Amino acid sequence: MSNGGGAASSTTHLLDFLEEPIPGVGTYDDFHTIDWVREKCKDRERHRKINSKKKESAWEFTKSLYDAWSGWLVVTLTGLASGALAGLIDIAADWMNDLKEGVCLSAMWFNHEQCCWTSNETTFAERDKCPQWKSWAELILGQAEGPGSYIMNYFMYIYWALSFALLAVCLVKVFAPYACGSGIPEIKTILSGFIIRGYLGKWTLMIKTITLVLAVASGLSLGKEGPLVHVACCCGNIFSYLFPKYSKNEAKKREVLSAASAAGVSVAFGAPIGGVLFSLEEVSYYFPLKTLWRSFFAALVAAFVLRSINPFGNSRLVLFYVEYHTPWYLFELIPFILLGVFGGLWGAFFIRANIAWCRRRKSTRFGKYPVLEVILVAAITAVVAFPNPYTRQNTSELIKELFTDCGPLESSQLCQYRSQMNGSTAYTDDPNQPAEPGVYSAMWQLCLALIFKIIMTIFTFGLKVPSGLFIPSMAIGAIAGRIVGIAMEQLAYYHHDWFLFKEWCEVGADCITPGLYAMVGAAACLGGVTRMTVSLVVIVFELTGGLEYIVPLMAAVMTSKWVGDAFGREGIYEAHIRLNGYPFLDAKEEFTHTTLARDVMRPRSSDPPLAVLTQDDLTVEELQGVINETSYNGFPVIVSKESQRLVGFALRRDITIAIENARRKQEGIMLNSRVYFTQHAPTLPADSPRPLKLRSILDMSPFTVTDHTPMEIVVDIFRKLGLRQCLVTHNGRLLGIITKKDILRHMAQMANQDPESIMFN
Amino acid sequence: MKFLFGVEAFCLACFVLLSQVSAKNSEDIRCKCICPPYREVEGQIYKQNVSLKDCNCLHVVEPMPVDGKDVEAYCLRCECKYEERSSGTIKVTIIIYLSILGLLLLYMVYLTLLEPMLKRRLFGHSQLIHSDDDVVGDQQPFANAHNVLSRSHSRPNMLNKVEHAQQRWRRQVQEQRKSVFDRHVVLS
Repeated sequence: MSNGGGAASSTTHLLDFLEEPIPGVGTYDDFHTIDWVREKCKDRERHRKINSKKKESAWEFTKSLYDAWSGWLVVTLTGLASGALAGLIDIAADWMNDLKEGVCLSAMWFNHEQCCWTSNETTFAERDKCPQWKSWAELILGQAEGPGSYIMNYFMYIYWALSFALLAVCLVKVFAPYACGSGIPEIKTILSGFIIRGYLGKWTLMIKTITLVLAVASGLSLGKEGPLVHVACCCGNIFSYLFPKYSKNEAKKREVLSAASAAGVSVAFGAPIGGVLFSLEEVSYYFPLKTLWRSFFAALVAAFVLRSINPFGNSRLVLFYVEYHTPWYLFELIPFILLGVFGGLWGAFFIRANIAWCRRRKSTRFGKYPVLEVILVAAITAVVAFPNPYTRQNTSELIKELFTDCGPLESSQLCQYRSQMNGSTAYTDDPNQPAEPGVYSAMWQLCLALIFKIIMTIFTFGLKVPSGLFIPSMAIGAIAGRIVGIAMEQLAYYHHDWFLFKEWCEVGADCITPGLYAMVGAAACLGGVTRMTVSLVVIVFELTGGLEYIVPLMAAVMTSKWVGDAFGREGIYEAHIRLNGYPFLDAKEEFTHTTLARDVMRPRSSDPPLAVLTQDDLTVEELQGVINETSYNGFPVIVSKESQRLVGFALRRDITIAIENARRKQEGIMLNSRVYFTQHAPTLPADSPRPLKLRSILDMSPFTVTDHTPMEIVVDIFRKLGLRQCLVTHNGRLLGIITKKDILRHMAQMANQDPESIMFN
Repeated sequence: MKFLFGVEAFCLACFVLLSQVSAKNSEDIRCKCICPPYREVEGQIYKQNVSLKDCNCLHVVEPMPVDGKDVEAYCLRCECKYEERSSGTIKVTIIIYLSILGLLLLYMVYLTLLEPMLKRRLFGHSQLIHSDDDVVGDQQPFANAHNVLSRSHSRPNMLNKVEHAQQRWRRQVQEQRKSVFDRHVVLS
C-alpha cells in the first residue's frame, strides 16, 4: 500500500521513523480525477491510528470521539446553512419579483401578497387589490387604469427585468464565473471523482445566492432548484474544511457533498425524502448506507430550519398544496398516459434543441457576448410575457394556480367558465347559460403561454446566470395537463351520455379534476427531461400532499421515461456532461462490446514507447527530463529495462513536489544524484552525491490486468473501484497503461461519437 | 475574503436568531374566512386578528349578511383558515440582502473602474503592463509545487497579507473567467 508515514510494520528501517510525510503529496491538480482507492486507504490508515491511540489517555479518547462524531457535525452545519440560505433566497426572490409590478407604500419590504395581508379592502372577485399596494403607473402617472397606465406598467416591467438581468450577469462575470448555469452536471462530475477548484468555494456561494435572486426576479424562464443544490454543496464543502477528517480526504468529502445535495433538494421543494432519493438517483456516484443516513439527517435538519424560519405563514408550508380529494377513475389513465407521452416527447425535443443551442454558443461567435446574450433573452422574455397574464406572473404562482382545482371558493380566471357551467344547479337563476367566452379565452392564453415557455426555456437554460430547469419544465407540463383536463371536462359535460362517462360520471357532479391533470402533466414533463423516476414521484407528492394520486403519477412518469429513452438514453444533465467533455463514467450504461484490454491500452503501435522509470537507475536530471518532455500524469516504475517487471506507480505531481522538497530541505542533492525507489540505496561510487529516496511516494500496489482481459471487465473494475489508471501486463511483464480518459474515448468511439470531445483527465 | 465570509456568517446567524426571538406582532396573525356567493349575497372575504380558538365563521364574519336561520347554511360554505407570518424576519432579510447587494455593487464598480484609474495615476503606465504579465496562468510543472510549498512562508504584515490574498483571488477569478467565458471549457 502507498504509505504516508506508516509505522506499524516490523520491517521499517530506522530512517523511516525520521521521514515525515512531505506536505502536498497526495493532493490533486485542478481538473484531474482523484484516486478513490488511495483516498479510502488514507482514511482507513488515519482511523486505525486514532483507534490505536484511543486507550492511551482521556485526551486521545475525546479525540477519537470527536473524530467519530465530526461527520454528523458537518452534516448538521450544512443543513442549518442550507436552510437559512434557502429562506433568504425565497423571501428576497418573492419581494424582488413583485418589485417589477409596484411597491408597498406602507412597508417597502413587503411583496404584493404580504402588503395586502391585513387590509380589509380585498374583495372576493379581486383578492389582491388594496390601497397600500401601488403599481408603478399609479405612482408615476397617478392613475391605475387606462391605456396610458398599461403602457407605463409595461415599460417599468421591462426596465426592472432588464436591470436585474444585467446586474446578475455582471456580478457573475466580475466575481465568480463558476456561479453560472445550473450546477448539477458539474456536481455530478465532482461527486464521481473530478476536481474543479473554486467551484464550491465561498465567493461562488455568495455570488450564486445573490444572483439567483436577481435572475429569478428578472422574469427569465428559469427556476431556482438546481442552483439551490449547488448552494447547499458549497456550504457542505466549506464546512468540511473545518474538520481535517474531511478537508484532507477527497473521498470522505464527497460523502458530505452527497448529503449536502439531499439537503439542497429538500429546501428547494420542501421535500426531504425526495431530496434523499434525488441524491441517490441523480447526483451521487457511490452511495453506501452511511451516506444514506447522513443525507437523511441533512435533509431533515435543512427542512426543519426552513420551516422554522418560514415567514409566510402556515399557508406556505407545502409549496403547491393540493386540497382536493376527488377520486380518479380508471378511464382517466388514458389521458394520463397521453400526458406521459407528451412529457417524453417534449423532454427529448428539449434536450436536442438545448444541446444544439449550447454547442453553437460554445463553438461560434455567439458565445463571445454573454452579457449581451443575457440582456437580449431577458428583453424578449419581458416583452412577450407581459401581455399574457399567465406568463406575467411568477412561474411558481402559475403552477400553484394550475394545480388548484376550481371550487366554489376560487376566483381565478381559469374558473370563470366553471361557475357559468354550474350556474344551472345552485347559484344563479338562469339554467341555460352555456360555457363560453371564459373557457375559450383561458385556453387560448394557456396555449400561447405553453408555446412561449417551450421556446424560451431552450434559450434560457445555459445562460451565464444561475438557471434551473425544474420549475419551467413543471410549468410546461402543468399548462399542457390543465388544457387536457379542461378538454376532458368539457367532453364529459357535453357528452355525458357516452358509455365511458355514463359508467362513472353523474350529470352535474364533478368527475374530472383538471388540477390533477396539471399535476400529472408537470411530473411527466419533468421526468421526460431529467429521466428521474422514483425521486420525481416522491418529490411531486411531497410537493402537493396528494397521496391518493401516486398511481397516475407513476404511470405518467414511467411512460415519459420510456418514450424519452426511445429517442436518446441521456437526460439533460448527462447530455451537458457529454457536451462539456467531463470525464464521467456513467454507471447506468452497459458496456456490451467484445474488445480486449490490449485494443484500448496505450501505447498503441504508432505511439512512442511507454514512459517508464527504473527503480534505481535514474538521476535527478534524467527524471526531470522525463517529466518535462511528457505530459503524462503518472509513470510506472519497473525493476530494469531488461526485465520490465513492475514495481509500482508514481504520480507526476508527487514526484515534482518530492524533488522540490528534497532540494529545499536536504543538502547535497544535485542534478546527478541518483534517485531510488527501493528500500535501500544502491551501491554507488564513493564520490557521488547523496542519493534521493522516493519510496514514500511510490504506490506499491497498482492495479493490473492482463492484455487479454475483456474490456467489459476492465470497465466494471474502473466503475466499481473508482480507478484512475490501470496497468496492463503480458506474461508478467509491463506492456501498457489504460487510463479513464482512454476508456471514455473508447466508449465514445464505440458509440460513434467524437472521441476527441473527451477533454479532461 | 475570510472577513467577508465572516460577516456573511454573522448576518445569517443574526437572521436565524431574530426570526425566533422577534415578538409576535399582533398584526402578524389573522383568521381569513372566504365565503362564496349564496343566493343574493355576494362572495366576501373576512379578516380579523383573532387567535386560533376563535377562528371560525361565527366569530369572524361580521356583520353577518344573512338572517338567523340561514346563518348555519351560509357558514357551512365558508372556509376559515388561521395564518401567521413573521414580518420582522421579512424586514431583516430584505435589509440584509439589499446591503450585501449594495456592497457587492460598490466593490464591482471599484474593481472595474476605479482601481485601474488609481493604479495608473499612482504607478504610471509601465507598472500596469508588468502586473498584467503576472496574471498569465502557470504552465510549468514545478510552479504548482511552488504554490504548495510556499504556503508556509507568510509575511507578518497584515496589509501585505490582505494584498497577497486579494492578488491570489483575482488570479483565480481570471483563470475561471478564461475557462468559462473565453475557452468555453467548463459550464458551456
